[in-house]
Amino acid sequence: MEHTDIFELGGKRLTSRLFTGTGKYGDDCLIPAVCEASGSQVITVALRRVELDGRADNVMRHIPGHMTLLPNTSGARTADEAVRIARLARAMGCGDWIKIEVISDNRHLLPDGYETARATETLAKEGFVVLPYMNPDLYVARSLADAGAAAIMPLGAPIGTNRGLRTEEMIRILIEEMDLPIIVDAGIGTPSQACQAMEMGAAACLVNTAIATASDPVLMGRAFGRAVAAGREAFLAGPGAVSSLARASSPLTGFLGETGGAA
Amino acid sequence: MSFLPEALRLHREPLEERMAAATGHDALRALERERVGEDGFLALLSPAAGQHLEAMAGRARDLTLRRFGRTVSLFTPLYVSNHCANHCRYCGFAAPNSIPRSRLTMDEVRAEGEAIAATGLRQLLLLTGESPARAGVEYLEDCVRVLRPLFPSIAVEVFPMATDDYRRLAAAGVDGLTVFQETYDPDLYADLHPAGPKRDYTWRLDTPMRGAEAGLRVVNIGALLGLTGWRREIFVTGLHAAWLMKRYPGVDVAVSLPRMRPHAGAFQPASPVSDRELVQAMTALRIFLPRLSITISTRETPSFRDNILPLGVTRMSAGVSTAVGGHAKAGETGQFEISDPRSVAEVCAMLKSRGYQPVFKDWEPLEASA
Repeated sequence: MEHTDIFELGGKRLTSRLFTGTGKYGDDCLIPAVCEASGSQVITVALRRVELDGRADNVMRHIPGHMTLLPNTSGARTADEAVRIARLARAMGCGDWIKIEVISDNRHLLPDGYETARATETLAKEGFVVLPYMNPDLYVARSLADAGAAAIMPLGAPIGTNRGLRTEEMIRILIEEMDLPIIVDAGIGTPSQACQAMEMGAAACLVNTAIATASDPVLMGRAFGRAVAAGREAFLAGPGAVSSLARASSPLTGFLGETGGAA
Repeated sequence: MSFLPEALRLHREPLEERMAAATGHDALRALERERVGEDGFLALLSPAAGQHLEAMAGRARDLTLRRFGRTVSLFTPLYVSNHCANHCRYCGFAAPNSIPRSRLTMDEVRAEGEAIAATGLRQLLLLTGESPARAGVEYLEDCVRVLRPLFPSIAVEVFPMATDDYRRLAAAGVDGLTVFQETYDPDLYADLHPAGPKRDYTWRLDTPMRGAEAGLRVVNIGALLGLTGWRREIFVTGLHAAWLMKRYPGVDVAVSLPRMRPHAGAFQPASPVSDRELVQAMTALRIFLPRLSITISTRETPSFRDNILPLGVTRMSAGVSTAVGGHAKAGETGQFEISDPRSVAEVCAMLKSRGYQPVFKDWEPLEASA
């Protein structure tokens, strides 16, 4: 079937709206199978875990060639560190896409909006396709857009928690207000939660922990791929209106006609 | 600001009595909470909680999997000097012990580093006895400059330093610090450290704080298990870790759980810790602090390390020699006897066979980047 719902981002045309990760796998050899089963075309990798000189076994060896690499700045505590990691990623041939993560609170792993915006501005000017991970805050989102972000990646719940869309209302506001694609990142624990995000109008979801720590990561990857696609289709189909009153498909008073009175 | 007032308050607390009063129901209630506070942590360390060890292990496994995935970070210690000015009654490096003393030259440091790097390891713990006169800051800086090209991550376990000295080491390329309080009991501490600079309980207690203030990325603490009752020691260790996490949110706080091992000297542990008790200690720590890094060293036997792996472990040492220059040459006296002599390749094979990924590199130093 020809795909008509193309997600254009950073000059690339994506038919899958599920982004995946490379962290937490018991064996990186699973990554190709997860990519294939999920249909994902974008994969994030923490540069701090990559052997830059390729001396030892390396996660990069397991990433299929057709995937778009989304190196992330995990480990950066300031904008300056994030910028240096991004430049390092580009210098080693990881391309121009970069996911900005600036986290200086290791207890909760919440992103620093101010430093994220600073890094975004610098890197966007240098030609990177910048995808910043952020708290779903409208003002921060606007500053990221002004700074040149290609999309915005709000968290659904703290990273690695599998707790779902705890920030649903804030993400809904971002989807309504922002012109940039909203990619829900962090916290999604089940395919149904990813589906829900897509039904809300998210442009894509990034899922790592829920897939990598599943008993069967490949099967879970496939489930996420299908859930994201289903949620997207539901969004495009335009869900019916929500009502607090029951409305029967065959109205009980239809026989009364327009005037409602007896002849 | 110091952890000292809290440590002294806890020293006066009848923790053992409170733990003895805790019931199995208290432990189960703690297990069911989303977040476990100090009372819950205490209940999980209680004798009564021992009957619920399987449930604790399950919770610890789930929390570890969610936060860290199926990965274990590998490192090895590199002993560059065994000169020591302290008289610790329980340590093979103690000054009164008649063992051959040596300090590696930079050529020897390079040879050791290359031997370790050849095994694939990229995370190093640079270790000395505690002798600022024989292996001081300048010497350590030199070592780090030699080793940095081989290892993206270098931590130190050396004598406690001032904040500015840690800043110097950080500038040279050190990113982590390990310092064991040995015991949080100030009276026992004084008894076990009869002479030498290590007698200063407060200076040692504040060492991880000074390392964090100097900007080190990882601070690893712990008590030497066996010196006194483990339940109290683990409780105070956990509160110390929580205290550091709260005040230095940018620092990764780690805890090691070293049990006493045979060493040069006649000291015997007063309170040996059983395998079952060590598992209770580790799982209670994991449940209390889900983001805590937990290290299990080669002090433990291969079978115990293999089996404890899923219950909270995030870091392991491998391919260990506790002798100065022990990687490139053999025959020196080590600080203590290790129990797991497996090579790095053998530990990796074990991890893979159990569905875990050995992580060699988890940090990219940025000081030299564009």
